[in-house]
Amino acid sequence: MRIALFATCLADTMFPAAAKATVQLLERLGHEVVFPEAQTCCGQMHINTGYQQEALPLVRRYVRTFEPCDVVVAPSGSCVGSIRHQHATVARQAGDEGLASRAEAVAGRTYELSELLVDVLKVEDVGAYYPHRVTYHPTCHSLRVLRVGDRPLRLLRQVRGLDLVELPAAEQCCGFGGTFAVKNADTSTAMLADKMRHVLDTGADVCTAGDASCLMHIGGGLSRLRTGVRTVHLAEILASTEAPS
Amino acid sequence: MSTFLGMPAHAPRGVGQLRGDEPFPAAARTALANPQLRRNLQHATTTIRGKSGRVIAEVPDWQELRSAGSALKAYTMANLPQLLEQLEEKVTAAGGVVHWAADANEANRIVTELVRATGEQRVIKVKSMATQEIGLNEALEAAGITPVETDLAELIVQLGHDKPSHILVPAIHRNRSEIREIFLREMPGVDPALTDDPPELAGAARRYLRETFLSTRVAVSGANFAIADTGTLAVVESEGNGRMCLTLPDTLITVMGIEKVVPSWPDLEVFLQLLPRASTGERMNPYTSMWTGVTPGDGPQNFHLVLLDNGRTAVLADEVGRQALHCIRCSACLNVCPVYERTGGHAYGSVYPGPIGAVLSPQLTGVEDNASLPYASSLCGACFDACPVKIDIPSILVHLRNQAPHPRSEKAAMAAAAYTMDRPRLYERAQRAVRFSKLLGKRGRGLPPPLNGWAASRDLPDPPAESFRDWWRGR
Ligand code: SF4
Repeated sequence: MRIALFATCLADTMFPAAAKATVQLLERLGHEVVFPEAQTCCGQMHINTGYQQEALPLVRRYVRTFEPCDVVVAPSGSCVGSIRHQHATVARQAGDEGLASRAEAVAGRTYELSELLVDVLKVEDVGAYYPHRVTYHPTCHSLRVLRVGDRPLRLLRQVRGLDLVELPAAEQCCGFGGTFAVKNADTSTAMLADKMRHVLDTGADVCTAGDASCLMHIGGGLSRLRTGVRTVHLAEILASTEAPS
Repeated sequence: MSTFLGMPAHAPRGVGQLRGDEPFPAAARTALANPQLRRNLQHATTTIRGKSGRVIAEVPDWQELRSAGSALKAYTMANLPQLLEQLEEKVTAAGGVVHWAADANEANRIVTELVRATGEQRVIKVKSMATQEIGLNEALEAAGITPVETDLAELIVQLGHDKPSHILVPAIHRNRSEIREIFLREMPGVDPALTDDPPELAGAARRYLRETFLSTRVAVSGANFAIADTGTLAVVESEGNGRMCLTLPDTLITVMGIEKVVPSWPDLEVFLQLLPRASTGERMNPYTSMWTGVTPGDGPQNFHLVLLDNGRTAVLADEVGRQALHCIRCSACLNVCPVYERTGGHAYGSVYPGPIGAVLSPQLTGVEDNASLPYASSLCGACFDACPVKIDIPSILVHLRNQAPHPRSEKAAMAAAAYTMDRPRLYERAQRAVRFSKLLGKRGRGLPPPLNGWAASRDLPDPPAESFRDWWRGR
């Protein structure tokens, strides 16, 4: 299958490993990956901070860039959540009904990584090897906006060598929330403290999730406290194999 | 509906409690530093979440019930003027008197005059969000009338000269030794040997309240529901104090937000299943009181219904925001909210705290007066999942953020970011700048305000050697 990658601006700029891993994983599974270079950002930060008007060109850009593609994948639950649940609304609010329906059509073909693997490519064992103790944070938008359910866990359970430990109070928000982490830094930190406590309680050496933004937050806290626990994107774990690539 | 002609107005300033003294982030900082509050909140919200989750799991058609509740509310909002007129007609026919109050000042004046006309100096009150919203107690006190709250937690709040911090558990921020101190200091005729044993504290409150119930001839209540086609009012509560207030006095004055009306009697079947399970985690609420106008020789012989707008018509005018009027005040969204669980209710500055407060208060007051509230959420979505009438709170938050006044520097930064993001070449240059920039300092510690809020507790990752797109091109 020919799959278009939406890398997301955050992974493209700060966490290229997550996007690279997505490419390597899908190619290993026998698919062709394309990267339309006109892509930049889905506009989620603008929309969620109250800048819908500023987000409109970004919505238009996303739709225009990915309209020719049959299937789009992004290694981010929240970006796919925004594409699926906000893009058409932003277009509609701006009075652009045509863009709204095009946005809905493209959103219908855009998948978060675990959705693509389990629902579209019908694979749970991706042949990965990752010999670490790992705990999984579900991330709010994967969980409650996309409803990916246990798809990421089903994928992780098939990874050889991986010791999966359940995260207590996993469904509680890590406190990131985009600009919330800056505008309400104190409350955000209080939420992060509990999330880190639960991660540390598992004894895992890696905390994974399907979203680089939440991982940047949790990882930023774990690093500041010098816990020695790393955050690694789900795509990177699924892309790992016994033979170093 | 002549009262509501013209442009819908927001709740007026200077009266009632819909606006805080300081923005949410500042108020939250104070609350976060209070260990007693943190522990009480964590314990209470975790307990209620567990209890509620268990009894909701018993109902096989819970999702259908939620949809029914949501549809009933949407229908009600679409037909609000007609339903309110029908309610007025039925209540009047049953011997009640209906008053229309455009805002808090008008409602306070109506109630004060009604109490004055009875010649009484004291009223008993059953817990009501609407009367707190309009600051009725303060208005009554200014007129020389003493309001006595009869809900145990409200009584604790009132005696402590405090503000409620939770819709259902208003004294969630107090522990029992604090309550003992408040009772000893403020409760008339209290036994000086009172200990902080909960049954003893409840006993002291009961003795005080019983005497008050039997010697007060006017009561003020709110309403959970008003049934348009019968003119019936309904109050649900857990302690029986409501039943006392609604049956013992000669005069009953009910203040009700106009959104509380439901079309017809069978609709209660839906809401009375949803409300107790979502709120207190009970299968059925202990006391459900219903009355229709006046029944000769039984209960209050004078009944007044005050229909309160106070910004609600303005909320109704907003296609996205109007969902906030569907709220049945169950407080499920508070109990699941990770922000509320840590900050408590006072940080929201309004009688409506938590996620529902963050979308309702700014709409009632106009978003300029509560500009920080739509941002008091990480948009985690737990409230939407918990809401028994399926109010999409995260979408309303995002919608209100779009209306909120933005700081000028943020506006400029956001516009510049969007401009850059819409120009791939510029975007790539910005990516390189991030990579080579020393501005961020070690792990982000050199970030300027407001970004230093991030760096206070979190490292920034080191920028990668190459962006994804550079890698893609080079492979
Ligand atoms: S918004 Fe929903 S969950 Fe929150 S108090 Fe109202 S009805 Fe309950």
